[in-house]
Amino acid sequence: MQGITKNDLIIRIGGEGGEGVISVGDFITQACARAGLDVYTFKTFPAEIKGGYAMYQVRTSTEHLYNQGDTFDVLCAFNGDAYDKNRAFLKPGTAIVYDSPGDFTPDIPPGVYAYPIPMTQASKEMGNPRAKNMVAMGALSVLFNISVESLREVLTTKFARKGEAVVKGNLDALERGRELASALKKTDPWTIGTPKSKRDVIVMSGNNAIGLGALIAGLDFFSAYPITPATEVAIYVAKHLPKRGGTLIQAEDEIASISQVVGASYAGKKAMTSTSGPGLSLMSEMLGMAFMSELPCVVVDVQRGGPSTGLPTKHEQSDLFLAIHGAHGDAGRIVLSVENVQDCIDLTVVAFNLAEKYQCPVLLLSDGSLASSTQNVPYPNPDKYVLVERKRWNGEGEYQRYKLTDDGISPMADPGTPGGIHIATGLEHNENGLPSYTSANHEAMQAKRFRKLEGVVNDVAPVEVDGEGAADIGVIAWGSTIGVVREALQRLRVEGYKVKGFYPKLLHPLPVQQFEDFGATCKRLLLPEVNFQGQLAHIVRAETSLRPQSYTICGGMPFTPEMIVNKVREVLA
Amino acid sequence: MNAHPQPQTHLHRVELKSKDYKNETTPSFWCAGCGHYGVLTGLLRSLSEIGVDPNYLVSVSGIGCSSRLPYFINSYKMHTLHGRAGPVATGIHLARSDLAVVVSGGDGDGFSIGGGHMPHLARKNINMTYILMDNHVYGLTKGQCSPTSRQVMKTTTTPYGGLEEPLDPVLYMLTYGATYVGQAFAGNVKLASQLIKDGMEHKGFAFINLLSQCPSFNDIDTAQTFKEACDQLDPGHDVSDLRAAMNAVNAAKQAGRIITGLLYKTERPTLDQRMAELVERVGGSKDYDLRKIIDLARP
Repeated sequence: MQGITKNDLIIRIGGEGGEGVISVGDFITQACARAGLDVYTFKTFPAEIKGGYAMYQVRTSTEHLYNQGDTFDVLCAFNGDAYDKNRAFLKPGTAIVYDSPGDFTPDIPPGVYAYPIPMTQASKEMGNPRAKNMVAMGALSVLFNISVESLREVLTTKFARKGEAVVKGNLDALERGRELASALKKTDPWTIGTPKSKRDVIVMSGNNAIGLGALIAGLDFFSAYPITPATEVAIYVAKHLPKRGGTLIQAEDEIASISQVVGASYAGKKAMTSTSGPGLSLMSEMLGMAFMSELPCVVVDVQRGGPSTGLPTKHEQSDLFLAIHGAHGDAGRIVLSVENVQDCIDLTVVAFNLAEKYQCPVLLLSDGSLASSTQNVPYPNPDKYVLVERKRWNGEGEYQRYKLTDDGISPMADPGTPGGIHIATGLEHNENGLPSYTSANHEAMQAKRFRKLEGVVNDVAPVEVDGEGAADIGVIAWGSTIGVVREALQRLRVEGYKVKGFYPKLLHPLPVQQFEDFGATCKRLLLPEVNFQGQLAHIVRAETSLRPQSYTICGGMPFTPEMIVNKVREVLA
Repeated sequence: MNAHPQPQTHLHRVELKSKDYKNETTPSFWCAGCGHYGVLTGLLRSLSEIGVDPNYLVSVSGIGCSSRLPYFINSYKMHTLHGRAGPVATGIHLARSDLAVVVSGGDGDGFSIGGGHMPHLARKNINMTYILMDNHVYGLTKGQCSPTSRQVMKTTTTPYGGLEEPLDPVLYMLTYGATYVGQAFAGNVKLASQLIKDGMEHKGFAFINLLSQCPSFNDIDTAQTFKEACDQLDPGHDVSDLRAAMNAVNAAKQAGRIITGLLYKTERPTLDQRMAELVERVGGSKDYDLRKIIDLARP
């Protein structure tokens, strides 16, 4: 079968939760990455535990991928519900592979290439109805040139533990799907390109990558409470932290998990918790104490749709206000946000380093789409990461835990250190840690604690500027929206637009001067983010002289490059 | 340092007098006649009897009059948030199981705002000692009803008398699986310090309820009334019998009395022990090659 090579192909698989949609997506992703292609996946899960619509989208390319793409080129529909949900996106030139005979008869829109495959029927005939998804995968591999060798390898590896019969059953179903598709005439032009070369990569979700980053950073103690979409961080850590001799506990609630983390930090350990918005709300009081008593800790917030219980399985970037300001009194902290899986590893290490150096809470913001998005990244060399340890007292002279220093950083003493006895308290305290409520002391201590944070901007890599010279419009983005903006700007440049991008990963303290420098090179500024109020836009307006135009959506889905392209065209029209 | 040092409470032994455990740099905080002085005296005495090294002792508290106790102890210490002493202490102990951890706090701190944590300290069997300083009232906010206030008591928020049943901290902790439960009147320093010493030497979660009078905001539970209402457990009481412990508490309550002494004691692996075993089972160590974990993510 011949086709025009499409270097960048997006396949969306839809069906009922439990039908194996996620498995097919995972296998295709693994196989493509194994063959040397770039992968970037996007999934939606039903909030319910059984049934409901499940969707897995794989974008794969011979070029570097920054986001999940605009929409799909190929739809694989396991049932009528999946077809109905995606019917509106079937444009001329897209292809659909669907179960036929199945529970639906699609009205194929004009210009759409249709491939009926008897997925349910074939798997039943083979006496293996659960392998419906493997029949579908076999058909997809023929139609779009997905490396079948790689598929066989990952499938065999995956099912090896379940025994030879299971492996064979699935391989047979895969072959059956290939036979069925080979009998059809390929009419669409799409096939996946051939990778340039094999590369040494790993494929991970954002949540797993945060767990790995923590292990690399030297995580000793982890406590969390289950919450969508952050739970996978805890699952990953639970599996691997004991191998590194660390301690993991599932707490009775998020207040307990942050409390345990703060206690472990006092005991001298590198400690972390992970949660989502509702959990972060509960943690805010203890985050204030961690700032007040100067205890390092890392808190991961995998944001979901809010407010309140909100849209638990959906994407949003709406916890920025809470992350920066969520605690009573004047409480400081450091807030980082991640763009992609690579950041999930690297910035988690940075988060630990900053927490240790500045003895304060560091919040790391991820988001719902990145949580489960799997991407390939170069195999990380754990020895290449620079790790920072808290400054510890050298045992000389009389120990003062909260000694006023030029940079605000005072040496810590782990319990067990002779002469280092001290109290960590949420009360305002003097240099010895003892309660003191005098005006002079409170002002001096607040100044000390905030003075520490002045150095943070210089410790984090400079904000990346995408593009050079003067621009008609500069786009500021944070979190996983950055990857969408990168591709949008590439397309706009092809169209002749003079555009630049600005991608801060440190959101608090805000790198004000870098914002100003960027703003000075752009005639206008646009700030797309996935929340209703335009949270980063508010903060930029408050802390800098810039007045970016806010572009917000909050429909539970990330931006697409096309949306950014259209918005820029509109603004510059 | 090992990720999981040998779990212990008393390896770091020293010879110090009771007064050496007293931190004199913080001025007295409690009212004259406060029952908490008895708790402090009892704790200092038991620390000296055990010979705990202050460098390896961490006192942890939440918020309230009683939660100021760590300030008066010569040890590492944390004065945390209202209700959160238990989980903070859990973090300290699990991170460093070579440290002796003592939590102290009031009835409101432990059983109202912090009540959700108490069952988990007990069922997880965190190797620490929890001293409840139970005066049946909120003192630091000047006299509101607490979860252990007797219904007949009038407070600033119950000016016409209470509407709720008080809870019994001892029955609560017996129910949730605490492996050591004792009760005493704080003014009976001999019994209080004996229970604290035993509790600290007990391997597991030790809960000790010390009834402590508040002379400023509770005029019905005075030192005199506590003293007169307390009975000693029958010398034949079997401390390994959970049902007998509950029966003893209930029988005393029905008679308008308070039963004191060591109610219950049992052995069960502590959470830090179980974690150390888990680490051993998976061959875990600080030197475990991260590449073996990263390799699992190869496509």
